[in-house]
Amino acid sequence: MIPAPTDYVRPGALEEALEALVEPEARALAGGQSLIPAMKLRLARPSLLVDLDQLDLRSIVSEAGEVRIGALATWDALSSAPVLLRPELVAVAECASGIGDLQVRNRGTLGGGLAHADPASDMPAVALALGARLALRRQGEERELPLSDFYLGPFATALRPGELIVEVRLPMPPPGSGSAYVSVEHPASGFALAGACALLLPDGSARVAVTGVAGKPFLLPQGADPGDALAQVDILGDHLAPPTYRRHLALVCCQRALERARARAEGGGRE
Amino acid sequence: MRAEKTITTRLAVNGQPVAVEVEPRTLLVHALREGLDLTSVHIGCDTSQCGACTVLLDGRAVKSCSLLAVQAEGRAVMTVEGLAADGELHPIQRAFVEHHGLQCGFCTPGMILTSLDLLARHPRPDEKTVRRALRGNLCRCTGYQPIVDSVLAAAAELAKEGRR
Repeated sequence: MIPAPTDYVRPGALEEALEALVEPEARALAGGQSLIPAMKLRLARPSLLVDLDQLDLRSIVSEAGEVRIGALATWDALSSAPVLLRPELVAVAECASGIGDLQVRNRGTLGGGLAHADPASDMPAVALALGARLALRRQGEERELPLSDFYLGPFATALRPGELIVEVRLPMPPPGSGSAYVSVEHPASGFALAGACALLLPDGSARVAVTGVAGKPFLLPQGADPGDALAQVDILGDHLAPPTYRRHLALVCCQRALERARARAEGGGRE
Repeated sequence: MRAEKTITTRLAVNGQPVAVEVEPRTLLVHALREGLDLTSVHIGCDTSQCGACTVLLDGRAVKSCSLLAVQAEGRAVMTVEGLAADGELHPIQRAFVEHHGLQCGFCTPGMILTSLDLLARHPRPDEKTVRRALRGNLCRCTGYQPIVDSVLAAAAELAKEGRR
């Protein structure tokens, strides 16, 4: 399988990349672990690839009550960044270390994965539960968007033409919080049939987000019982898992994620 | 659709600087196999599942079917052709021979290169770590156990020799 012909640029600076992305059929190329396979299947036929590789968007910085992660940070980098191993945020590392396989984690990026908006993708659940905000740029424009406003449906996001995720911002949960990501993967594809992330706060309240079971990842309503909340959701069914089974898996993932997050909150990081 | 033009891409392959003329859409696996005759880089599934096309890019295992050749500009690519030194097999190659880590051999180059990425980070992995690292490499002959044994033996051998 060979992609359709395309042009290619590798800008050295963000401004240049944003300028190149003005072209209507241009696509940003980050790790390429979703885009290139899609191009090989000719599901994607960009006229121009804007390779982000040279841009300085890989840092993971903890500062002023938030963790700022460059959009080009790889799954592999997220798996071992010290700040993401703290019990409050360890769901990020836990999730990243289970994505795809070693080769995919070496290339695949946080920004690319979030923007691809595959409804079976793992990290959106984690980023939702942790209250992520996206720093977005396009030529002459800059805005911040809560991730909860980002997903519109399968492979559809609120990104505007020519717009790029440049940074993912996670508010640092208060000390004494714990987080966890639990999924049930399809054994062949590795994609989540259901996945849930829980963030348990010191006051006993929890934020729970679910992926893999609907057209887009979603947060459970604050304080809701996961079983009741999932009963209200239109759950996806396919040849891999009918809706009743998927709903069941989602509930089990929520419960296990909550248990594990609680243990981490109480253990202060010791497991 | 645009006129197909080529880009000169300069990279190091198995320690040697090379320049390849490629279209932007050319996959790294095709540039290596067809442009540079490095046919150890196998095309198995062509859908990023099987890992037979794995190469090291700046020391990290990547699937060359999911990477454009132009993305390797300025980087170092390693294939198994670059492993043996002075006609002598690399310890991990020897371990695969000694522990029956291959039958048909199709998956072997990818298995070896992914294992080298693992061993660079975890010089003495346990069995579980090896199995986890090789998740993106499929073998249809061995049942995996001899492959895992080979990687563990290579780790021990490399540790003994004081290299990775």
